[in-house]
Amino acid sequence: MRALSIGWDRTVLELKMYFREREAVFFSFAFPIVMLSMFSVIFAGQDFDKASGVNAARFFLPGMVAAGVMLTSFQSVALSVSAERDDGTLKRLRATPMPPVAYFLGKVGLVAVTSIAQFGLLLALSGVAFDVRLPTDLGHWTTFVWVFLLGVGCGTVLGIAYSSVATSARSAGAVVIAPMLILQFISGVYFAFTDLPEWLKQVASLFPLKWVAQGMRSVFFPEHWQSQEMAGTWEPGRTALVLAAWLLAGLVLCARTFRWTRRGTS
Amino acid sequence: MATGLRKRYGDRAALDGIDLRIERGEVFALLGPNGAGKTTAVEILEGFRHRDGGEVTVLGEDPERAGLAWRDRLGVVLQTSSGLDLLTVREAVRSTARAYSRPRQVDEVIAAVGLADRAQDRIGRLSGGQRRRVDVALGIVGSPELLFLDEPTTGFDPEARRQFWELITSLAESGTTILLTTHYLDEAEHLADRVGVIAAGRMLAVDTPSNLGGRASSEAAVSWDEAGTRHTERTSTPTEAVARLASRLGGEIPRLTVTRPTLEDTYLTLIAPHVNTSAAEPHEEDVHA
Repeated sequence: MRALSIGWDRTVLELKMYFREREAVFFSFAFPIVMLSMFSVIFAGQDFDKASGVNAARFFLPGMVAAGVMLTSFQSVALSVSAERDDGTLKRLRATPMPPVAYFLGKVGLVAVTSIAQFGLLLALSGVAFDVRLPTDLGHWTTFVWVFLLGVGCGTVLGIAYSSVATSARSAGAVVIAPMLILQFISGVYFAFTDLPEWLKQVASLFPLKWVAQGMRSVFFPEHWQSQEMAGTWEPGRTALVLAAWLLAGLVLCARTFRWTRRGTS
Repeated sequence: MATGLRKRYGDRAALDGIDLRIERGEVFALLGPNGAGKTTAVEILEGFRHRDGGEVTVLGEDPERAGLAWRDRLGVVLQTSSGLDLLTVREAVRSTARAYSRPRQVDEVIAAVGLADRAQDRIGRLSGGQRRRVDVALGIVGSPELLFLDEPTTGFDPEARRQFWELITSLAESGTTILLTTHYLDEAEHLADRVGVIAAGRMLAVDTPSNLGGRASSEAAVSWDEAGTRHTERTSTPTEAVARLASRLGGEIPRLTVTRPTLEDTYLTLIAPHVNTSAAEPHEEDVHA
């Protein structure tokens, strides 16, 4: 009970800090929204598949939703935890009787609020400004919910685990953002996944972002577009399996590698 | 509190058998040159570092095994602390207070560290000395029985240091045990009931500030002007020397001073043999396996 109430308190604190830091807000929260707007405007004249009701915004929406999931979870958590380890915040928290789980609950709360708010904005923008035909049936939204939850869960635990890779807050920017950018390019976020060379698709398939993007395509794209996927179907089963495996691996990594102090100070 | 405390980094001994006993309600200052082992010792007592040998008991428990109930009775002000820039003073103090079972009143603590008029300001906008006072506020908000202060006044101006001393004195009067490390001899002399001098991982001396290193019984220096030159006489009986001078010079002695070695003189004499060999403690920036 105490951990829950402190965890809630930490969530509020995390949100305050997040939205007071303009770089974080832009590069993890606003980025997909800005990109979707830009793509929708730039490619407005292009025919994606008018017959099936796909315009530019609808074409880019799943990728932006998927990128947003990973940015607000993985990137934002990996950056903030490594900064907090480097600047002594974690050590200071550890010196108090705060139950350690409350710290993680605060991160989970932060990710939950920012990712849901971001998705809400993406959806509102698509529906209202860019005239995207959104799914109306329960089946698609059920798929959305579990892909979203697994994606955000993966991103959060992997972000916490990955924070230990960066040895200082200064190096964290490069260590976290560079692989995220590459993954976005090879996972079908900015380009149609089908346009990538086969070997690159295989590489991308090892990481969660490709599966989140594919899951989101299955939610927002017309049903018959699944023939263009690698396997020719949306592969919901495999998507769930891969994401669940990453989630578990992330949890194990966190439990084994998480440190409250910088390396070499114990 | 600790006996035979040992800590090694590779083949260098950072702490080479430290014995330390601090009584409840006492203010104890740990002095020593940079790299002497002060922070290592304190962080072992705080439960942040693993020790390689020796027995340690803090508030009745071994810091390496103690849990959150033990932390509830401690206040810790670390040597370096940042990362609060985006929060206001009140937000930071309030959220820390939430972790403790018997927190002090948030605004009262903010006022006690002299930041009442900055309570609504972001910590990033405060001066270095004011930020350090925020650290102190976070350390005392849980009404700790034992407070660790690792170089709390580094970067303070003299005025802020005075205010800080008053705060520590009032905490000590209310029964808080305080272990403080400092570079400032005047701070130790002003605040501490006893001081311990560490160099090269060893405890060189533990005593009250006025008795440290035989200070009280050491020779005094009597100086005066006579026939245009300054004379100095070292003596263990300065009163007698002054009386002798007074009768010889017939009345007022020109520019008479009687001085005993300051705590700083005593300290420098104590650590002198060790200052060149005392690089055993890794600084926070160093990375050790």
